[in-house]
Amino acid sequence: MFFQGFILHLHPRKVAAETIRFSLSFGLGGISASLVLLLFLSGILQLLSYNPDVAFAYDSVKTMYRDNSLSGWVRNIHFWSGNLLVIVTMLHCCRVFFTGAIDPRRGKNWYIGLLLLGLVFFANFSGYLLPWDQLAYWAVTIFTSMLGYLPFWGENIVQLFRGGSEVGQTTLSVFYGIHIGVLPFLFTILLVYHFWLVRKAGGLVRRKVNGHNAGDFVPVIPNLLVREAAVGLAVISSVLVFSAMVDAPLDDIANPSMSPNPAKAAWFFLGFQELLMHLHPTYVIFVLPSIFFITLVTLPFWPGAVSAPGYWFDGKGGGKVVLLSCFTGIVTTFSFILIDDTIQRSSETVTDWLSRGLLPLLGLLFVTIVCYFLLTRTLKLSRARTVMAFFTFIITTLVCLTFTGIWLRGPGMELTVLF
Amino acid sequence: MNESTLPSEDTNQKPHGSLSTRRRYLNRIWSLLTLLAIVEISWLGGSIVKSRKKRDSSREKDTVITAGEAETFSRNSVTAIREGQFYLTRQQDGSFIALSRSCTHLGCSLPWDEKTAKFICPCHGSSFNIAGEVLSPPATRGLDSYPIRIENGIILVNIAKPEKRLSNTKPKSVKM
Repeated sequence: MFFQGFILHLHPRKVAAETIRFSLSFGLGGISASLVLLLFLSGILQLLSYNPDVAFAYDSVKTMYRDNSLSGWVRNIHFWSGNLLVIVTMLHCCRVFFTGAIDPRRGKNWYIGLLLLGLVFFANFSGYLLPWDQLAYWAVTIFTSMLGYLPFWGENIVQLFRGGSEVGQTTLSVFYGIHIGVLPFLFTILLVYHFWLVRKAGGLVRRKVNGHNAGDFVPVIPNLLVREAAVGLAVISSVLVFSAMVDAPLDDIANPSMSPNPAKAAWFFLGFQELLMHLHPTYVIFVLPSIFFITLVTLPFWPGAVSAPGYWFDGKGGGKVVLLSCFTGIVTTFSFILIDDTIQRSSETVTDWLSRGLLPLLGLLFVTIVCYFLLTRTLKLSRARTVMAFFTFIITTLVCLTFTGIWLRGPGMELTVLF
Repeated sequence: MNESTLPSEDTNQKPHGSLSTRRRYLNRIWSLLTLLAIVEISWLGGSIVKSRKKRDSSREKDTVITAGEAETFSRNSVTAIREGQFYLTRQQDGSFIALSRSCTHLGCSLPWDEKTAKFICPCHGSSFNIAGEVLSPPATRGLDSYPIRIENGIILVNIAKPEKRLSNTKPKSVKM
């Protein structure tokens, strides 16, 4: 049978029984794949009604909702799947890390995964401009200005995306091209490669008993297939129902001479925007992300840095480390935001690269080193658990910053409670 | 290739010496070709972007906006010139500066606040004085300005050539 043959082309004939338990992966990879499928379909359908011209773009989106047209529903599906995909792929990345699925053999797939995560952000973001409403216009203005702070090539990169001094028709054309041409092409290739590498590594991550993989194997059809189908269909149907009930946001038409107050980037970049209020832009846009990215990429090759494969949080006692680190992250982030906000309000100084760039960075490195020795020497944590604690801390910080950006910044970016 | 060599390719047995050199040689050629393809495609993309830039810059060549008669602007005043999307400011000493309306922090458009006599950014709260200098962070450099020419008492502003300030210095102001 063609269908069965295709399934068995993607999957091996048999998989380890332990890897199909839901609590190992929570089906996050499968959910992402289902969402990507939905995004492709709803995206192609939207091409029938969308017009990438600044004079017509907004109206073409607005008319999608006229006369209870079904195209509004299709746009909702695309919007909600896209946003959900950002969350799910982030969780997927965390899942891979916390179950120790990044040994050197899976190292290559860890890179491809990080690259795909970057593409998800980029796809979401490039689609953000297309409705040409106030939200889109100013989010993209802010983001492209952020790129201007990259050293050496910053201005050129901004020019490449914007095609002028302000966001305009060229920007819309460029983003449209990237969104419907470049990204789907890259996604298709990289996703196939991603899936193939999972299969090449022998399926999902497995536990080791006395240094060897053990346990029973079960046939993929029906054991894995029914699980994948259940997750996939459940996700697709929930998104369809949700999209029928909740409309995707659409603000007033873009007005280049009036920024809304407050003007915010897309929600998943608000962590950066929040950091930009405290630190020098070059450090927020370039230095800190580079350090974080290089750390993630080299992670599979640090000896002893990866936690026990197949167990959540490195097995017994690891959960406590993660929880504590998470708690520390929340407390530290919010106190820093509050303290720095008070300092900035009382003194009117210009943001310079030394006091708001280099010194905080050196301080951060110093604290990291002290904490590392404190955790490994005094608390006698293994290196893997220490790395896990740092990873949790950084992720928690990012989540808290994003939370602050979305819900705690009101008009004029003053700290307020917006919910 | 005869059939007897095929099984040795499927299993990971060491191939014969001559075969391995040949295979290595072919592999090298393949990677060289891939590299060449990448270079070619980037060159192609680069040249397309360059031609686009040329097209855009020729379109924007010297767009001069007539802002009005110099005498009509009073000292310490800020006037929004809608047509050119900039602010014409007249300083205390009577000189003129044409300021971009985009905040240098992240590009939001700045309204002039008459009461406090400041440009206050609605996005992140940066503020600038009438000369475009930073008064409060997070902005790190002053507002961009456009070159001004005064001919027969009429102010002409060239909006195609914004002038950047690298640090927080005062821009060139033009006197009558």
